[in-house]
Amino acid sequence: MVSIEDVYHVSRLARLFITEEEAEKFRKDFEEILSYFGILDEVPENVKPTFHVLELSNVFREDKAREGLEQREALMNAPRKEESYFVGPKVVE
Amino acid sequence: MKIAEWKALVSEQGCYEAISRMLEKIAKSMLNGYITVCRTEALKLAEEFDKGHLKGKIAGVPVAVKDNITTKGIRTTCASKMLENYVPVFDAHVVERLKAEGAIIIGKTNMDEFGMGTTTETSYFGVVRNPYDLKRVAGGSSGGSAAVLADNEAVLALGSDTGGSIRCPASFCGVYGLKPTYGLVSRYGLIPYANSLEQIGPMANSIEDLATLLEVIAGKDERDSTNSGKGFEFREEKIVKIGLIKNMTAEEKVMSKVYEVLNKFDYQELELPSLRYALASYYVIATSEASSNLARYDGVRYGHHLQQLSSWSDYCSKVRADGFGEEVKRRIMLGSYALSAGYYGKYYLRALKARTLIIEEFKKVFSRFDVLVSPTMPNLPFKIGEIKDPLTMYKMDVNTVPVNLAGLPAMSMPVGFVKGLPVGLQIIGNYFEENKILSFAKMVKEIS
Repeated sequence: MVSIEDVYHVSRLARLFITEEEAEKFRKDFEEILSYFGILDEVPENVKPTFHVLELSNVFREDKAREGLEQREALMNAPRKEESYFVGPKVVE
Repeated sequence: MKIAEWKALVSEQGCYEAISRMLEKIAKSMLNGYITVCRTEALKLAEEFDKGHLKGKIAGVPVAVKDNITTKGIRTTCASKMLENYVPVFDAHVVERLKAEGAIIIGKTNMDEFGMGTTTETSYFGVVRNPYDLKRVAGGSSGGSAAVLADNEAVLALGSDTGGSIRCPASFCGVYGLKPTYGLVSRYGLIPYANSLEQIGPMANSIEDLATLLEVIAGKDERDSTNSGKGFEFREEKIVKIGLIKNMTAEEKVMSKVYEVLNKFDYQELELPSLRYALASYYVIATSEASSNLARYDGVRYGHHLQQLSSWSDYCSKVRADGFGEEVKRRIMLGSYALSAGYYGKYYLRALKARTLIIEEFKKVFSRFDVLVSPTMPNLPFKIGEIKDPLTMYKMDVNTVPVNLAGLPAMSMPVGFVKGLPVGLQIIGNYFEENKILSFAKMVKEIS
């Protein structure tokens, strides 16, 4: 029911590199777990989905500028930085 | 140890001495309950207390904080290699509140990686052992918080609960733990796993202490857009209508303990048919939200990184593969699958519909009952390594997840031992009715 291609496809979506061994293990896990999730097929179609338990919406604050993190703080945990920038891998391949 | 006992100890020996002794106990502990012990900071604050400079509701009281709650300047790892050396630059809202009341944060507790688990076996820093049997699990994901409370390595603790992660370890370690109504306690600073399900909650060694800690951490916070704005103050309330949820079960010996307690009260049995969808609904929603919440870990702005920079996608994929444990990967992938084109309608949307059914059913039932009860866990604490299959592990959450889906408050209280292992009773209340839950817990404690 779940193919190995499905597993590799999902790992690409999730940006998660997996080995062949892991792929096969996950494939077996998913088949079992997704089969259990099949019970949800019994939920009637006409029920409204619940997105938020509290039914709050459009929770805004005043559009006034406030103090944020200092630049030094924001960069503190960065493994690679240059002046005021985070250094990352090439985005355009 | 309870707050009152701690305060008595401090008036005898002084805070510095009391904290030093606790730190010694922690250093010798076999439980692996702490990932980081804040030795220097705690002793400094203890000195401040002895000089009369620390004031507040819980001044001088040692509090353990689960390691997915940010503490400024103190490493916060979520028990993951991904955040092994992450030092937050801000305090969580609840931490600000603890500090405002004079608490001494004594350490960051061990947990399942990113909160994903029921035993702490998925922790990058090793499993937390059960204080009543070192070969057994302490429960999870707030296993460290529960274990240190049971072993006098803290007097109060904070945990977080997404699908039972406060209640399960409270049950397995014989302590008190409460998951507040969704929106009562700010999630600002709680490193997210499943943000529509989780709440930070108090854990303690008595009902009074649980209530005190909840009073400290609950309340308005503008930085959490899912915060209700409501506060909490403990008030004893009359409890008359008690309902036992028949289709939340446990193994025979655990059920007999539950009946032993309940038979001292007038109660009714009821069944909630929609609960049959709860586990599937929970795991679809939780893993879907997790796949989104954990997308931020890309090895660039913080957290685990690799030496070689390649292309973005390649680098990101390798950092994540190297930084995350197996269970985390499994849940991220399951969630991505459930949300992906072609499957969104089959899994995620249906899970949200099942959620509606569960909420509606609880609403109807609470018009007839003050509180609902059940065994917290279907089993006694199992041996470390005993459960290897993911689905079998997920099924351990069957009594706890419906509460998170509905956003209701619930606690676990210790009601005795079976074969020397603790048993917990789950008490569920209606939205923002934590006082009813705590009041019923007091009634149970009084008759035992």
